[in-house]
Amino acid sequence: MEKEISRKELKVSAIENGTVIDHIPSGSVFQVIKILSLTEYQDQLLIATNLDSQKMGKKGIIKVSNRFFQPDEINKIALVAPSATLIVIRNFEVTEKTKVEVPRQVDNIVKCFNPNCITNNEDITTRFTVLDKKELKLRCHYCEKITARSNIAFR
Amino acid sequence: MKNKSLVSINDFTREDHVRILDLAEAFEKHPRQKILEDYVVATLFFEPSTRTRLSFESAATRLGARVIGFSEPASSSVTKGETLRDTILTVSNYCDIIVMRHPKEGSARFASEVSGVPVINAGDGANQHPTQTLLDLYSIRKTQGSLDNLNVAFVGDLKYGRTVHSLVQAMCNYNTTFHLVSPLELKLPSSVKLSIKEKNLEYRQYTDMHEVLPVVDILYMTRIQRERFSDPLDYEKVRNAYILRNNMLDNCKSNLKIMHPLPRVNEITTDVDNNPKAYYFTQALNGVFVRQALLASILGVVE
Repeated sequence: MEKEISRKELKVSAIENGTVIDHIPSGSVFQVIKILSLTEYQDQLLIATNLDSQKMGKKGIIKVSNRFFQPDEINKIALVAPSATLIVIRNFEVTEKTKVEVPRQVDNIVKCFNPNCITNNEDITTRFTVLDKKELKLRCHYCEKITARSNIAFR
Repeated sequence: MKNKSLVSINDFTREDHVRILDLAEAFEKHPRQKILEDYVVATLFFEPSTRTRLSFESAATRLGARVIGFSEPASSSVTKGETLRDTILTVSNYCDIIVMRHPKEGSARFASEVSGVPVINAGDGANQHPTQTLLDLYSIRKTQGSLDNLNVAFVGDLKYGRTVHSLVQAMCNYNTTFHLVSPLELKLPSSVKLSIKEKNLEYRQYTDMHEVLPVVDILYMTRIQRERFSDPLDYEKVRNAYILRNNMLDNCKSNLKIMHPLPRVNEITTDVDNNPKAYYFTQALNGVFVRQALLASILGVVE
């Protein structure tokens, strides 16, 4: 059993300081990286996906060294990874563990599904009010149409 | 209302309705007052709309305002590739208020956010057309004495008509009983029905118009467009079922009024026009008073 754990840990090495985003659905890992604008990140960034998970079957994990996120920032990922947990690491120790939560307002990251919406025709920051956190229903601040989980797309 | 843009009927409360309708009533009594002589109204029509534009320009002109603008994008800088943002930023330097119709949904909200002067939405794509809704409310209140507890039928294309959607939502504030008459293909969308359900109001759906005629106070007719049907045969099947003829109006309530946002094609035969229950042309006239009320109150000339 002990051997098993150490082997798992080897796959993604520990970080000294920073944030671990765990329990990401395997298919959403790269989406999360994009939403958090980590593609250009200059410090250590460890990414793993399709790991075995007791809870989820398969999961992804992202470890970001020396970066701590504001709640608003991290909650954006709840749109693609509602199961994600956020672990804050200081000095190799877990100091905080929280679940992500869908925010009440979503700015900029989501694309309105309505092709005739002005935000899809001019350079405008999108804005949505979250009507239903569970079913994920977002009402466009501009065209007032509702973008649902089934037709959500990211900018 | 002073300096506030008018974008969506959903921004309005019952109290707001009452204030605007009362003001419109005052303008109906005195439609020619030179109270906007020092003002410039810009009408920007990125999509042609004869009725709405003329009604706004008539409202502004009868109050003494000067009107500038364009009636189709061909005569604007849009053809040169200018963004809506730039057009609004420029034009808001030239006028005190902007009246805008635009084919994209959400354009009015966006314009109101970048503009230095208030913006009145005269239709943004399939989304909102709040001044139409307000003139409909005005017409209903005027003919029925009150907006409360009425039986209102909507007939025709309930799926795509934004006029219908906005009016249904606005009437949800008044304990309305809704009678929704349409072909199965053109039923009221569930998102609009949700507004009715949220207020626990009664609604019934029909495919036959005859059933509702004896029970309603307002009969709101709309045009069924051929292009809404993927199969032309389906259109042929339903087109004649939603035509109102004068001989159908014998057993109706005495207070019944027939409304229509216009333009009509054939859904109300011309023999109805002389029936005292026909109200659609007066409804169009009411649009001028409601728009006078909005222009004057947003420009801060009346309280």
